[in-house]
Amino acid sequence: MRLILDIAVTHIAGRGRQTLVAVLGVAVGVGFSIAMAALMQGGQDDLIAKLVDTMPHVEITDDRRQPPTQPAEAAFDAVAIAGLRPREDRRGIINPTAAFTWLREWVPGRVAASLETQGVIRYLGRDVGATVVGIEPKAERGVSPIIGNFVQGSFEALGAGGNNAVIGDRMAARLGAGMGDTVTVVAATGQSRGFKIAGLFHTGITARDEHEVYVLLKSAQILDERINVINQIRIKLDDPAAAPAAARRAEARLGYKSVSWQEANRQILEAVVVRNVIMYTVVAAIMLVAGFGIFNIISTITHEKARDIAIMKSLGFSRGDMQRLFVLEGVAIGAAGSALGWLLGFALVYALSLVHFELSAGGRELTRLPIAWDPLHYAIAAGFAVASAAVAGYLPARRAARQHPVDIIRGAS
Amino acid sequence: MSALIEAEGLTRILPEVVPVTLVEDVTLAIGTREFVAITGPSGSGKSSLLYLLGLLDRPTAGTLRLAGEDTAPMNEAARAAHRLALIGFVFQFHFLLPEFTARENVEIPMRRLGRLPRERSRARAGELLESLGLAGHVDKRPDQLSGGQRQRVAVARALANDPPLVLADEPTGSLDSQSSEQVFAILADLVRERGKTVVAVTHDLELAARMGRRIHLVDGRLVSDERAAGPAPG
Repeated sequence: MRLILDIAVTHIAGRGRQTLVAVLGVAVGVGFSIAMAALMQGGQDDLIAKLVDTMPHVEITDDRRQPPTQPAEAAFDAVAIAGLRPREDRRGIINPTAAFTWLREWVPGRVAASLETQGVIRYLGRDVGATVVGIEPKAERGVSPIIGNFVQGSFEALGAGGNNAVIGDRMAARLGAGMGDTVTVVAATGQSRGFKIAGLFHTGITARDEHEVYVLLKSAQILDERINVINQIRIKLDDPAAAPAAARRAEARLGYKSVSWQEANRQILEAVVVRNVIMYTVVAAIMLVAGFGIFNIISTITHEKARDIAIMKSLGFSRGDMQRLFVLEGVAIGAAGSALGWLLGFALVYALSLVHFELSAGGRELTRLPIAWDPLHYAIAAGFAVASAAVAGYLPARRAARQHPVDIIRGAS
Repeated sequence: MSALIEAEGLTRILPEVVPVTLVEDVTLAIGTREFVAITGPSGSGKSSLLYLLGLLDRPTAGTLRLAGEDTAPMNEAARAAHRLALIGFVFQFHFLLPEFTARENVEIPMRRLGRLPRERSRARAGELLESLGLAGHVDKRPDQLSGGQRQRVAVARALANDPPLVLADEPTGSLDSQSSEQVFAILADLVRERGKTVVAVTHDLELAARMGRRIHLVDGRLVSDERAAGPAPG
């Protein structure tokens, strides 16, 4: 109602400095909440982007979630099996071509098969344990976590010669080997083979930089004495969020353990949720403090205007009108503070985005603070502010509205 | 025709530790176009009776019918709505809202009622103020007006929604004799010219003597109710 609004504005305007303090209180709360949310969200987005970029979205390995059942178990309801010695299956994904073709048909993204095996890299008498990954360069391009992270040489060099290998820069440092050097890879089977280092990569993930060796799939199969076998299918999806569904579908059909990146990083993602809860708790606490300022000013106004309240009631304003009036005053301060807070928040976030620093202690180098610009932060901060302002206005408003006009008129006469 | 105000056994007791009886068993009827004085020594319950009649307070016992309608079952909002449309208050002190000009103060009840569009209520506020001799003062704030002028603004505000009933609580109590005379003349005019019913609490017996009807209270009880023989003098 216009009239109530007019009176509310008059009351607030009548207390310029106090109003300004209350508005600034809300503005600072809103501004800092926005800046904090931008930083938190930015850090979180950065973290998830790292996970999404550096990991396959779905990884199908030759493991199974449950040990295979015995034929007898399938045939009878209750079976007791003792002294079972499981048949030693040939490890690897059975019928990889069919699986691969099937995946290619429906997966919205890129699929690559590989053979991962354990071995040791030997150079100049030094041994370093390694995960040897045999890949097909063409398919691998679409899913590789190392592409684009080369410090020397390139991924393409891998395909240029049958005995080329690319290794992590940290492993190279440990071995004392450099580009063009020939290292010996010894597999668990005892097979060994010499490879020429054709590229060094640095992903920032220590386990990868220190322990991974990429060679051609054929070479890995020879080392592992498993010709035509693969034990890993890695999928990069166009939409990372679709990974759990794709993993479920693949696992249901192929029977192999298919792990989405969300599943592989469940703890990290849970930590993100906890972080968000903490963040919004802090935002709420800030707004609560800002709310005290509003409570204070509305309380003062209701005390000061006790006579006016009585007059308005005698004129025919109802208790509800009076309550609306003071709640509106609180909300008006909250809204003004939010608007100012948006400007402040925007300025803070902009200032933070200009901060530049060098941080090269491993990981993908950060040179700027990760910051997310999201209108939602502004909406949430303002929502909290206006809601707490309404509550802060409501409490004194209710008390003021209940006051009996006769008591005040008598007191004044 | 039913009376504007019908009170029967109206009683108001403050529920203190020792209950204080403000008004006790007052029965009266006031019709339209009456100019009524409520008199009595201080503490006799004059103002309390007025607040009861004006729906600012609820009686502890007894019934009150306003314009033929029983007020007992009304909730707070309904009573507020009745005050807005049927009753205009004038208090001893002007009780204008200090931040608003004379015109805005008169406009407030009209805007709350919302019966007139904004321009009409503005115009009406101006006319009311002019008719009470405040032509040059419509845009002044209360602190720029004299006591008599403020009280006239308060009368204009009481008339804003054209209520049939005007209740005045010592309307001249804080004015000098000249302003007092002026305000009294205006109240008398309300009855004569505009057909209102005016009920005024006063301790000024000389003023009361010039009103059409005098209700005398002692200790909250109605002790006399006398009407002047002739028409209400001005």
